[in-house]
Amino acid sequence: MSMGECQVNTETKGFQPKIVAFLCNWCSYAGADLAGVGRFQYPATIRTIRVPCSGRINPLYILKAMANGADGVLISGCHPGDCHYMSGNYVARRKFALIDSLLKHVGLEEGRVSFSWVSAAEGVRFAEVVKGVTERVTALGPNNGVFKVEDGGGTNE
Amino acid sequence: MNSIIDDIRKTARQLLTEGKVDVVIGYEKGSLPLKATPCFVRSPQDVDKLIWDQTCENNLAAFVAKTLGKKAIIAKGCDSRALMVLIQENQVVRDDLYIIGVSCQGVIDQRKIEAETGEIIGASITDEKISVQGMECDKEYSFTDVKDVTCQTCRYPNPVLEDVHIGGSIEVPEQATLFADVIDMENKSDNERKAYFKEQMSKCIRCYACRNVCPLCYCQECFVDCNSPKWLTGGVDSAENLLFQTGRALHLAGRCVECGACSRACPQGVDIRALSRKVNKDVKEMYNHESGLTEEVKPALNVYSTDDPEAFLVKE
Repeated sequence: MSMGECQVNTETKGFQPKIVAFLCNWCSYAGADLAGVGRFQYPATIRTIRVPCSGRINPLYILKAMANGADGVLISGCHPGDCHYMSGNYVARRKFALIDSLLKHVGLEEGRVSFSWVSAAEGVRFAEVVKGVTERVTALGPNNGVFKVEDGGGTNE
Repeated sequence: MNSIIDDIRKTARQLLTEGKVDVVIGYEKGSLPLKATPCFVRSPQDVDKLIWDQTCENNLAAFVAKTLGKKAIIAKGCDSRALMVLIQENQVVRDDLYIIGVSCQGVIDQRKIEAETGEIIGASITDEKISVQGMECDKEYSFTDVKDVTCQTCRYPNPVLEDVHIGGSIEVPEQATLFADVIDMENKSDNERKAYFKEQMSKCIRCYACRNVCPLCYCQECFVDCNSPKWLTGGVDSAENLLFQTGRALHLAGRCVECGACSRACPQGVDIRALSRKVNKDVKEMYNHESGLTEEVKPALNVYSTDDPEAFLVKE
């Protein structure tokens, strides 16, 4: 078995989703790291993108990930009150609530886009969150949603 | 109505003669019937071009930042709210601005008329009656029948920010339920909503008229024009159209003043308001904020509270 493969999902030969995970540098990314160091197993479904702060996440990141065919999007930052930049995740929280509500309104399935707070000490919890998100996205099946662009968006960047 | 036009012209003439402003931004008669077009009056002898009626549908706040010098602007309720947001966001210097406030009864929805009469080839407006000559038939309307859908639910017809007020003010009827149209939409099933937006987005040709006419879409480089990263490709695809429209609605979250200019400018009749109204409703419910009412209250997404709702989080 080469590096990067994971045993967790090998017995289910069916659909394995690709989930884009935007993780904040200070908490959730460190949480993911801790899950790795602590060898807490979680499905190898997420593709991590490290961002400086959950407040850095542009709504377009989420939409573009869906357009380019991601089966799910996970966004995770520091718990409210723990932001490295004091208020980044508070500002982000207002945005996230509106994004979540609007995406459901236009017909995106519940569970495609998930938000959570995971601290740098919560390695086990990070594994739990990824498991839960993977289960829900797997149940929804491949992204054929309202934002999926048929030819994959045609961007090569 | 005519006395309002006279007062507007008189005020404009006075401002220009006294040199208080370099330009007056108002409306003149357009080249098509039932269409007014924005006009920029720079000398006192041109003030008689200015008009005021139910065809003055553009939001003039869109031109303020692009116009150099001291300017006077004729502002309806929604224009003044847009100006308020622009001032809050430091896009406009208040001292360079003289706001001529006019209470607005609403504007005409041309599409409603054209659906019945065909292309409008001639029209005249008297106080309450609109006589239309169309390609297919002639018809007479009362204004309330053809009022734009935005104006039907308008709660701020009177300017919230003005230096001088012209004409009377308009009493706002108490509304039983705010955002009734959004609530109707929310009550539909997920699949119905999905189908509705899919149909709307398949009409969109991404001409960006909605963006260009919007007073609050003032980004130097809009995300749709950006090459790196390339958010949108050149093709017309209903999924990409939805990305554009939701992206735009989210950019306007806590800022949109519901002037309805985007919907009126849309050549394809896309229901753009369905998205912006939904966001406005959420902002009102979650953060108790309405944009552009006072200068003191900051836009909803510029501030936060430690007990903001977070029902959207995963359950783990």
